[in-house]
Amino acid sequence: MIEQRYRTDILVVGAGPAGVAAAFRAAESGARVLVVDDNPQCGGQIWRADSKKALDKDATKWLDRIRDSSVKFLGGLKVFDRPEPGVMRAEGFDQVVACRFEKLILATGARERFLPFPGWTLPNVTGSGGLQALVKAGLPIEGKRIVVAGSGPLLLAVAGYLKERGAKIQIIAEQTRRFDLVKLGLRLLKCPKKLQQAFDLKMKLQGIPYLTNCWPVSASGRNAVESVTLQQGPKEWAVSCDYLACGFHLLPNTELAELLGCRIEKGSVWVDEFQETSVQGLYCVGESCGVGGLELALVEGEVAGWAATNLKEKARERFSERRKWRGFAAGLNRAFELRRELKKLPTPETFICRCEDVPFSRLQSEHSWRSAKLQTRCGMGPCQGRVCGPATEFLFGWKTESVRPPVFPVRLGSFVPSSAGDAPAES
Amino acid sequence: MLGHSKMTTAGFDVAIVGAGVVGAACALECARAGLRVIVLDRDPIGGGTTGAGMGHLVVMDDSEAQFALTRFSCSLWNERGVELPPEVEYQKCGTIWVAADEVEMAEVHRKQDFYSSRGVAVEVLDYRQLAEAEPNLREGLVGGLLVRDDSVLYPPCATRFLIEKAQQQGAVLRLNSTVASLGSHGPVLSDGSVVSAGITVNAAGISSPQLVAGIEVQPRKGHLLITDRYPGFLNHQVVELGYLKRAHSVTSDSVAFNVQPRKNGQILIGSSRQYGNREKGIDALLLRQMIRQATEYMPELKNLSTIRAWTGFRPATRDNLPFIGPHPNNENICLATGHEGLGITTSLATAELLVDQLLKRPSKIPYEPYLPGRSGERRADA
Ligand SMILES: Cc1cc2nc3c(=O)[nH]c(=O)nc-3n(C[C@H](O)[C@H](O)[C@H](O)COP(=O)(O)OP(=O)(O)OC[C@H]3O[C@@H](n4cnc5c(N)ncnc54)[C@H](O)[C@@H]3O)c2cc1C
Ligand SMILES: Cc1cc2nc3c(=O)[nH]c(=O)nc-3n(C[C@H](O)[C@H](O)[C@H](O)COP(=O)(O)OP(=O)(O)OC[C@H]3O[C@@H](n4cnc5c(N)ncnc54)[C@H](O)[C@@H]3O)c2cc1C
Repeated sequence: MIEQRYRTDILVVGAGPAGVAAAFRAAESGARVLVVDDNPQCGGQIWRADSKKALDKDATKWLDRIRDSSVKFLGGLKVFDRPEPGVMRAEGFDQVVACRFEKLILATGARERFLPFPGWTLPNVTGSGGLQALVKAGLPIEGKRIVVAGSGPLLLAVAGYLKERGAKIQIIAEQTRRFDLVKLGLRLLKCPKKLQQAFDLKMKLQGIPYLTNCWPVSASGRNAVESVTLQQGPKEWAVSCDYLACGFHLLPNTELAELLGCRIEKGSVWVDEFQETSVQGLYCVGESCGVGGLELALVEGEVAGWAATNLKEKARERFSERRKWRGFAAGLNRAFELRRELKKLPTPETFICRCEDVPFSRLQSEHSWRSAKLQTRCGMGPCQGRVCGPATEFLFGWKTESVRPPVFPVRLGSFVPSSAGDAPAES
Repeated sequence: MLGHSKMTTAGFDVAIVGAGVVGAACALECARAGLRVIVLDRDPIGGGTTGAGMGHLVVMDDSEAQFALTRFSCSLWNERGVELPPEVEYQKCGTIWVAADEVEMAEVHRKQDFYSSRGVAVEVLDYRQLAEAEPNLREGLVGGLLVRDDSVLYPPCATRFLIEKAQQQGAVLRLNSTVASLGSHGPVLSDGSVVSAGITVNAAGISSPQLVAGIEVQPRKGHLLITDRYPGFLNHQVVELGYLKRAHSVTSDSVAFNVQPRKNGQILIGSSRQYGNREKGIDALLLRQMIRQATEYMPELKNLSTIRAWTGFRPATRDNLPFIGPHPNNENICLATGHEGLGITTSLATAELLVDQLLKRPSKIPYEPYLPGRSGERRADA
């Protein structure tokens, strides 16, 4: 295994919109900027490279900016540990990277929230963004019947995308109440850009039933999902499908920030007005410090990129725009709050922790995340509670605990630097 | 000790502070003896050092006293092995002590004599047999000693099993209860209430010195790592022999190659020992040394996917023997603490010796070496 060492002024972890904007603005001042992402390419979740479709204007603009700047991008690397202050380690397919930095900007984005219900672990039951990513990577979807369910604006974006790619969207089931969506709709009137996006999406999704107050109660099938049972009010019915794309809004990825000792508040990384976390010299931008969509991610990235290079006045100029998008984000997150009925979905046999095969019945007698972990090994598998942690928080009100390295599973050897003699010089 | 005057009518005969493996074992032994017993813990069952440890049940021979205790306790575990439920993951996989050079091979033979003359089944392995037993060990090792009856288990579930068994026999468990001090009528909780008991057993692990004066138990930090599942990669608990030399240095940090197969194919990788470090966080430098040591013996470990690293604190005494029995200056208080890196192993024997003393029963092995006021401990003090 080769070990590469780097030294940079600013290290950005995550090359989604937030990381890209931060890196670009930081590099403007002449700072050396290095961006590392698990994905082989820049773009994050929303600007994920698509084998069949060109990216939109916004995406092209920002990705071109980065390409033409002095920013160095390293793809295919997961950042997993901070062996000492000022150094991060990342693992790739055939290499390990150690990067020494002056300042760090975390732009690790969000992931989908999964809630357990009978059948949620069947093959072809995926996250909604998860299915989109698979299709972008080449999964053939034409003519496939898809039920999109869960919560959040992502359902609509994904359904629109899959439809464009020739899938047959059976239905979109949104758990939230119609009333909450109407309130959100009224907010949209104040954001022309968002209103336009919503309108475009509506046109794209014409002819597809979009049901609110509706959620999946079970999925079934022999070798993979064949049918989903949906519930809306007193009504329950089955819809047959080839895929169930199901996610319940988004959760900030805070693990790396937690490992570095940053304060976490209400599930997001806490930041000050310059996007600096409770740890000095460490910034956080985009969804990891609060789910808020593309526009907010971009503006937060710009603020941090400037602030980290001491261009605080420039950063300040973007505060009012950030305020606008934060307001919108708050409305959005309220509108997609989870309803209590979803806590009743698991049956005693439903696996809550799919890494360690821990069923709901084994968790009911536990009193805390810690005791559940110790006694049932819930959350002790390769995902380290990323999936079942938020699920048990919702189901039982448990608080998950300490993050320990590695933040992602890595080869044991990746922890250990090659000895001084055979290591390449820092570049 | 638990004669007549000490037996309270209202409260409990015995209150145990700590629902780690030691407190749990003591609770069961008390309940079996018909004593009215309550167990108190501020945290979940096994949430202290017990939840961070490795669960290797191992006969050790640093001293005759350590040998007697570990051997007695291992035989108790083996007797009960059959009744342990599947989640305890009890497995009689045996230990292999690995010798890397001729000096360590001499230690293998010494150990063989020591164990076999005391009736413990051991087998010397030459380099070929060693490679057969553990194909992933590196080439060039000299041999090893196989101790067949050593075993492994998953400590938190073993602890819960002991507690639940005690509860079935009348013991009371009270979690979320922080003990503030040990009064003469029983433990005083942080809300000021007293749990009335004739005898209080301090089984609070590394926190035990905070509850009574006059004992020294130091936290000795250890690191562990766990891998994803690789069934068949490892068959025994495998420990290097150099371990003995380094592990007991009180002054310097040390690491040792010590790996354990879990029933589901995961591999636990240890271990380190550090004094004077009370930080819960990972010490990156030591972790690296530990990994280097492990991959030095088992190079293929390098390529296994690692899920998590963590730390735990062993409750260490000066002479590496636990405190089992009445406090030297306070007859209402008994100690069951200071088990260092062997508390999972020695918990069952500890419980028997403790209750033997409480009820003045004859004990199966002498309990004097583990008495809190022992001279060895005093001498080490000087
Ligand atoms: C699965 C999913 C699909 C989505 N699809 C859409 C969509 O179709 N339309 C839409 O409008 N919005 C979508 N969103 C929301 C969108 O991501 C946000 O609105 C916004 O763009 C977030 O930008 P970001 O830069 O904060 O995060 P992201 O775009 O999520 O970028 C974070 C990046 O950090 C990287 N990363 C995280 N941790 C590490 C680490 N330890 N080491 C290395 N790299 C790391 C990730 O690989 C990722 O590329 C999606 C979100 C998710 C979770
Ligand atoms: C890395 C590592 C590896 C190990 N490997 C092995 C091994 O392979 N084999 C082996 O036999 N041993 C091993 N050990 C040692 C073993 O884990 C310990 O000796 C054993 O767990 C000690 O158990 P205990 O019950 O005394 O302490 P603990 O498990 O710490 O229990 C004490 C309990 O007391 C409670 N408590 C403390 N103070 C209070 C208070 N004031 N009020 C209420 N409750 C309180 C705590 O919450 C805790 O639950 C290892 C230890 C470590 C750290």
